[in-house]
Amino acid sequence: MPVLTYLWIIPLLPLAGAAANGIFGRNWSKGTVTTVALSSTTLAFAAALEAVREFLSFPADQIPWIKSYFTWITAGTFRADFALQVDQLTVIMLLVVTGVGWLIHIYSSGYMHDDPGYRRFFSYLNLFMFFMLVLILAGNYLLMFVGWEGVGLCSYLLIGFYFLKQSATNAGNKAFWVNRIGDFGFILGVLLIFRTFGTLDFAAVLPRAAAMPSDPSGHVGVLTAIALLLFVGATGKSAQIPLYIWLPDAMEGPTPVSALIHAATMVTAGVYMVVRSHAIFLNAPTAMQVVGIIGCATALFAATIGLVQTDIKKVLAYSTVSQLGYMFLACGVGAFGAGVFHLMTHAFFKGLLFLAAGSVIHAMGGEQDMRKMGGLRKKIPVTFWTMFMATLAIAGAPGFSGFFSKDEILNEAQHVSPVLWGLGILTAGLTSFYMFRLLFLTFFGEQRYDEHHVHVHESPKNMLAPLIVLAILSVCGGWMAAPQLWGGVNHFKQFLAPVLDTASASAASESTGGGGSEIVQALFGAPVIAGLLGFLLAWWMYIKSPETPKKLAASLSAPYKLLSGKYFIDALYATVIVRPLVWISDTILWHCIDDGVIDGAVNGVAAVSRESGDRLRRVNSGNVRSYATWIIVGVLVFTSLLLWMVA
Amino acid sequence: MVPTSYYLVLSAVLFGLGVIAFVFKRNIITIFMSIELMLNAVNLAFVSFSRALGQLQGQVFVFFVIVVAAAEAAVGLAIIILINRNRGTLNVERVDSLKD
Repeated sequence: MPVLTYLWIIPLLPLAGAAANGIFGRNWSKGTVTTVALSSTTLAFAAALEAVREFLSFPADQIPWIKSYFTWITAGTFRADFALQVDQLTVIMLLVVTGVGWLIHIYSSGYMHDDPGYRRFFSYLNLFMFFMLVLILAGNYLLMFVGWEGVGLCSYLLIGFYFLKQSATNAGNKAFWVNRIGDFGFILGVLLIFRTFGTLDFAAVLPRAAAMPSDPSGHVGVLTAIALLLFVGATGKSAQIPLYIWLPDAMEGPTPVSALIHAATMVTAGVYMVVRSHAIFLNAPTAMQVVGIIGCATALFAATIGLVQTDIKKVLAYSTVSQLGYMFLACGVGAFGAGVFHLMTHAFFKGLLFLAAGSVIHAMGGEQDMRKMGGLRKKIPVTFWTMFMATLAIAGAPGFSGFFSKDEILNEAQHVSPVLWGLGILTAGLTSFYMFRLLFLTFFGEQRYDEHHVHVHESPKNMLAPLIVLAILSVCGGWMAAPQLWGGVNHFKQFLAPVLDTASASAASESTGGGGSEIVQALFGAPVIAGLLGFLLAWWMYIKSPETPKKLAASLSAPYKLLSGKYFIDALYATVIVRPLVWISDTILWHCIDDGVIDGAVNGVAAVSRESGDRLRRVNSGNVRSYATWIIVGVLVFTSLLLWMVA
Repeated sequence: MVPTSYYLVLSAVLFGLGVIAFVFKRNIITIFMSIELMLNAVNLAFVSFSRALGQLQGQVFVFFVIVVAAAEAAVGLAIIILINRNRGTLNVERVDSLKD
């Protein structure tokens, strides 16, 4: 098992690429930088494929495959290894991260081609791949936390990539700070895990958590506390209420970054972490309810904001928040497999949507406002068709990848809570509406830009190729679950079953017990109909009678303002949290404590030493006889002391 | 036979005179001589103890002290001559550049 034995090579390849470009690449040509960056990710993808091939031929009793390379920390009973772990869940994440990451690297080599920060960009992007791979390959919570923090750092660096722009710097800082809150919850959860189980290894913690008695509903026991703390971490990283506010602002980063970090991979780390810890969550029903409700609320809430955004990337950003909400909804109702399934299909179609949006922005020479686009379908056909595929996928058109994953989530939700299911259906309709609105505003209708100023052109081949590959994946990515439609096996669920079964036998049997007939109904069921309604409404409002939106906005001005103002959550946070915090920091912490106490103590010590030194200086007269006098006085004092002590 | 304590008292008196002269005199030559006086007061104490205890180490030590004193005289007088040449004075109060 060469690659599985030397698993560390998979994360190390991008790290080597990042280090080479970052440290030595100062005088390298653009071609060399591209070669280094792309070959490191290509090799990582190849290594991941090889690892998966080896993994698939494994006997079941060797899974999860855990490889400990060295002991990282020992302190008392605490011990953390540099251990990597591969099981079915890791395999899926590994393929998504290295595969989509590789495609986006290729795309970036075209998109960022004329950027002066080309080398810096690729070195950050490779570094991100390294940390993300550490996150998903980690065999214990502490190593996972390293990856978790590392991707946060790279996210910050890449959001603030155009650091001369004040708004980009602010957005980077905002993302970093909001994530700090979540990360604080996560590390507290990890500490509580150690306190409860005495170890942080997944292989030890999760079976023990599964064996523990379930916390009664409504009662916060230790498992519920752990689960809730971990979920706080997930809300930060995966942009859920109340910590979602950083993700829309993160669109200040270059578009490939939005695609890779803020749509396909990093933001799904929270979902991955919750699924990884599903044994804990399953024994904490209260935490599960919280996860489900927050997920559903976020899905609906973000979708409504997405309805009225005019920036093409902002629509996609709120859509991402909303889809992440779906994944947490799945986790909350115990359908962890469906959550991971949606994570994967979402990585395909949302990555594609962002890349296609990047291609549109590229074609428009940097314009992101959809009101200034229109009629681009004929000018950039490849971008249009790939984006159309992705839109169908996210809207849940039958046969496309999003259809299978979304249906599965809603199906499972129906068993648990009709309310969550209903809100999920509503969200599906809204999703379909705002996505087709985006598509119609951008590609259909009359052109609303000045042709003399904007030279619309299709993107180069290295940008189109990833679009096409991702479009194929967006269409076919869900077919693993397709046999279920005619009463067959959901291959995806079956593949993940060993990971999720170990602890969640009840949930798994319940979900497989659902049977194929319900899904056959779902083909013409509520989600599809909701999606169709959303499409028709978008078509009517933006193609049939394009003056409707304006009239609607005028007649419903209060709700419209609420939505376009994003529910004024940012303003609310600014008044309730940020301003008091700034006031406390400024008045009390800075001027009282820092200036008064800390600086006072430091300056006081200095003043006392200076003053006493000044006094003592006079002793040093330069006169030899006075020195001699001091010596004699000293000798006399010590001699008399000695005599006195002897006597 | 004169008791040892007499020698020791004489030694202490000589040493005390040396110290007083060292502290109060201004002329470098005089200070130098007071150092010699202190050294020889110590020599006297060594010799008296040597005789009182019947051991030779004290007397051997005196030779060392005399040798060191001779070396010190050679170096010290040279320094004094240089000070006199450079500053035109032997007043120790005007030689205070150590404080800078």
